[in-house]
Amino acid sequence: MFKKILIANRGEIACRVIKTARKMGIQTVAIYSDADRNALHVKMADEAVHIGPPPANQSYIVIDKVMEAIKSSGAEAVHPGYGFLSENSKFAEALDAAGVAFVGPPVGAIEKMGDKITSKKIAQEAGVSTVPGYMGLIDDAEHAVKIASEVGYPVMIKASAGGGGKGMRIAWNDDEAREGFQSSKNEAANSFGDDRIFIEKFVTQPRHIEIQVLCDSHGNGIYLGERECSIQRRNQKVVEEAPSPFLDEKTRRAMGEQAVALAQAVDYASAGTVEFIVDGDKNFYFLEMNTRLQVEHPVTELITGVDLVEQMIRVANGEKLTITQDDVKLNGWAIENRLYAEDPYRGFLPSIGRLTRYRPPAEVAAGPLLDNDKWQGDADAGPVAVRNDTGVFEGGEISMYYDPMIAKLCTWAPTRAEAIEAMRVALDSFEVEGIGHNLPFLSAVMDHPIFIRGEMTTAFIAEEYPEGFEGVELPEADLKRIAAATAAMNRIGEIRRARVSGRMDNHERKVGTDWNVALQGASFDVTISAADSTGATVTFDDGTSLRVQGDWTPGDQLAKMTVDDAPLVLKVGKISGGFRIRTRGVDLKVHVRTPRQAELARLMPEKVPADTSKLLLCPMPGLVVKLNVAEGDQVQEGQALCTIEAMKMENILRAEKAGTVSKVNASEGDSLAVDDVIMEFE
Amino acid sequence: MKDILTELEDRRAQARLGGGQARIDAQHGRGKLTARERIELLLDEDSFEEFDMFVAHRCTDFGMEKQKPAGDGVITGWGTINGRMVYVFSQDFTVFGGSLSETHAQKICKIQDMAIQNGAPVIGINDSGGARIQEGVASLAGYAEVFQRNIMASGVVPQISLIMGPCAGGAVYSPAMTDFIFMVRDTSYMFVTGPDVVKTVTNEQVTAEELGGASTHTKKSSVADGAFENDVEALAEVRRLVDFLPLNNREKPPVRPFFDEPGRVEESLDTLIPENANTPYDMKELIHKVADEGDFFEIQEDFAKNIITGFIRLEGQSVGVVANQPMVLAGCLDIDSSRKAARFVRFCDAFEIPILTLVDVPGFLPGTGQEYGGVIKHGAKLLFAYGEATVPKVTVITRKAYGGAYDVMASKHLRGDFNYAWPTAEIAVMGAKGATEIIHRGDLGNAEKIAKHTADYEERFANPFVAAERGFIDEVIMPHSTRRRISKAFASLRTKKLTNPWKKHDNIPL
Repeated sequence: MFKKILIANRGEIACRVIKTARKMGIQTVAIYSDADRNALHVKMADEAVHIGPPPANQSYIVIDKVMEAIKSSGAEAVHPGYGFLSENSKFAEALDAAGVAFVGPPVGAIEKMGDKITSKKIAQEAGVSTVPGYMGLIDDAEHAVKIASEVGYPVMIKASAGGGGKGMRIAWNDDEAREGFQSSKNEAANSFGDDRIFIEKFVTQPRHIEIQVLCDSHGNGIYLGERECSIQRRNQKVVEEAPSPFLDEKTRRAMGEQAVALAQAVDYASAGTVEFIVDGDKNFYFLEMNTRLQVEHPVTELITGVDLVEQMIRVANGEKLTITQDDVKLNGWAIENRLYAEDPYRGFLPSIGRLTRYRPPAEVAAGPLLDNDKWQGDADAGPVAVRNDTGVFEGGEISMYYDPMIAKLCTWAPTRAEAIEAMRVALDSFEVEGIGHNLPFLSAVMDHPIFIRGEMTTAFIAEEYPEGFEGVELPEADLKRIAAATAAMNRIGEIRRARVSGRMDNHERKVGTDWNVALQGASFDVTISAADSTGATVTFDDGTSLRVQGDWTPGDQLAKMTVDDAPLVLKVGKISGGFRIRTRGVDLKVHVRTPRQAELARLMPEKVPADTSKLLLCPMPGLVVKLNVAEGDQVQEGQALCTIEAMKMENILRAEKAGTVSKVNASEGDSLAVDDVIMEFE
Repeated sequence: MKDILTELEDRRAQARLGGGQARIDAQHGRGKLTARERIELLLDEDSFEEFDMFVAHRCTDFGMEKQKPAGDGVITGWGTINGRMVYVFSQDFTVFGGSLSETHAQKICKIQDMAIQNGAPVIGINDSGGARIQEGVASLAGYAEVFQRNIMASGVVPQISLIMGPCAGGAVYSPAMTDFIFMVRDTSYMFVTGPDVVKTVTNEQVTAEELGGASTHTKKSSVADGAFENDVEALAEVRRLVDFLPLNNREKPPVRPFFDEPGRVEESLDTLIPENANTPYDMKELIHKVADEGDFFEIQEDFAKNIITGFIRLEGQSVGVVANQPMVLAGCLDIDSSRKAARFVRFCDAFEIPILTLVDVPGFLPGTGQEYGGVIKHGAKLLFAYGEATVPKVTVITRKAYGGAYDVMASKHLRGDFNYAWPTAEIAVMGAKGATEIIHRGDLGNAEKIAKHTADYEERFANPFVAAERGFIDEVIMPHSTRRRISKAFASLRTKKLTNPWKKHDNIPL
């Protein structure tokens, strides 16, 4: 076995590979750019080599620099992770030439699968189902009709040069094919100056389902079930699971066997993934093969118990697979949620900055990985598993240079419903502060009925959140649980306040038992009884009561409670007269008041947020480097108004609509905070 | 006998109605609570003991003798906040617009006198149209009587003013002399002369809100120490503030049970200081991470943001925090930040509240604006305040402590008790580049040499050890153990006794 392995990557995947390598007794070498000097993967590795400035094209993907790091560290093998150089055949060639093992497939397989047309051709030859279509160009409308009926309706007519939905038409019959051809052609000619047109099968209710394959260099190949990756935002996967709630055993086997056949057709030897698009009738079509470890590989590991990184290293070392297809059993259900440093309330804009708080839920070992000893020593065993693959830490910096994904939170449980529930609690327990992140959005997806039913397609996010994510509203039953918990928590705080020194003897404040809790527009009158250090009973004015238990004390930012024995995990912040509560995708102001305070609070005017439509607000903290307009100027929609430099990036702010600048509050060189008013319009 | 008792109840009921139901409704209509409702929310339930409910004015001019409402437009008395005694007056806008008459003033004076005598804070709730014009000079005399007592109470008991309606003309000078002023957004304003007079005299067009609203006074004038969304929130927050304050200058600041390990380690503080010395970071993160339960009551949050002032607790005991904020103007000292911090330091010293100073200061802000504005004297205020303070003083230098600003920020030389520095601290006369350009003026044309000199200077001075060698820094501490170190430091200072030479009073550069 190798003595030393270099991980040509960063972030969570580098950390992930280091963990397995360490378990196998292999020394690890990390590489890092200037921006990653203090990164987690650098701390975890046995040694680390600096390879250049922050941009990846000057560091992580510069083959010469990585080769130099390999040479200087004496690594015998290189794991490329995903992205960066993982599917770069030139890198694999360079390693071959240097006599260093590449923990990935042979150069030929990378090359063949790296080309869309070649890979589709090889797939067809290997008997893999591909999207039916006409490989050639369409001559005229009648040709389009002929090809369309051969392929079978519905079909997609699309421009060769197409993109962004332009020059694309879906046709369900001959007439639409005729019209579609003409309009696509015109649109393509106008938009791209290239009117070449293709036709292929239009896949309805498409799902993205992929097969994990594993091959050695001795001609053995197996598949490790599928992963359902349909929940994507602009082709970026967000939620994955294994197995797919959609596949039956027959389809799974057919897909798996075709995937292995494809891999063997290119003499594949490593872990790889064959991606399929699957329609509503379980017809599946080959999309592409990824010749590397996938981001979402943990869900496969969780249900099969196979450590894919270990297998990749063993295969790269020339070992034979010790697992046969019959050994592969899919056990239980695993779900992965990707935590992105993207602010869902601001159109998923990437967010950068310091992680002032980063506390993932505790990892818990369970399921096949535990049975196969792959989890030994990492986490305590439990009924359901929680796994968090991460590359960041509290106090670390999220930079603008790399992928905004900061963690992959996975849960495993015997059933899908239990795995989803475990994920909800894990998301609630995940503390991330200092940057915008998508935790609330993930919570919302976990509670979405389409996801719960397992009926999602690749259009899920676009269809269910067409206007972006605006938060969720909780049903009354959930609000009552939160109200009960916060009433009990507030009472703990109030009793403590009443124990301050300097009290007037015999005239201490008596903390009452009647409270009003106002949240999300609802208001509950409650009475607290049977309160002690472990919990309290909270009775509502409709006579129902909830038993709240937990050991929360003031200042705890995470309240792990049970309400009537069901877990309730709240992220707790301070606001005047109550708490900021985040849980299950909501971000609530919860006011807990005495009945009299509540009565008087109702007299307070509802203050409408100021109208900001006639203001240009600074979207991020930054420096005004240029003001393009002056007071009194007429501006047109889209006109550049000013440039804000943030984190060395120049952001041009443009007019959202035509108007006249009535006031400019900032001047060049000013440093502004978020939502500072830069200029006002008439 | 029975009838007499009933009559008392009737009279009380009448007094409680103030200016009558219609005016109460109008008050509510403006989004404001009544004087009595405000007292209810300020004090512990059922703890209010009223004085002078039946006091009435003695004016007979302009037909005033026909209206003599009981209480005369102000409600006074005492009660408790979390069991601790406070005196309170609350002006009743429903009675003659809360205007101040001779008797109205006498009621306020009575509780001021009692507060000084018995050692308890005074909280004034202001909602008044101003002087009772019908009474003429008697009303003015009343104001002055109140002012005189504000002055006598200053430094003896904490005085807090809530502005919950108009507060104009001479009336502003009573709150102005109290320790803290809080306003309510959209429903309160303060000014010496109103928009009409302003227009007549200076031809300036300005609204009452622009002239003296909460935004103006918290951001521009610094007259107010904070602003709140509405009456309910304002009263709840004043209760919170009172929990931090001693009842008088003879008592130690309050201590309450706490749920936070004094030895709590915050690993993330080890990466708080950015690699690049010119990159800002948020000093509030440090404050929140060292404070008990992350609880911080900020004073003057919206003014002179280059310095942060406010209260936290350590091991349950109140501590005043003064901290440079690198996020704003690089955390430099200037006229506004010096004035803001000086006043806060003096408040803490007057009431025996220990002071924690967190330092990252590149120096004083240069420029004609500052010099013409008198930064010399204003900067001296902070220096003076720190130097005269006899309370426990613990200082942590996180990064820069340059030049005179190093001396000012509670340095060892100003009788700092514990002066700690993080390993990232740079205690020097100025930054390396500036220093090099002066010391090696001859090499200015030679970029290579200058770079070498700069590197040498950094190597020699951009660290805490030169100061530590001389004992100006007591200890270089790990950022992650800051909470533990400063908690222990303050614990050891609980018995500190230090007195300044006798004087009538000092002559701080006002």
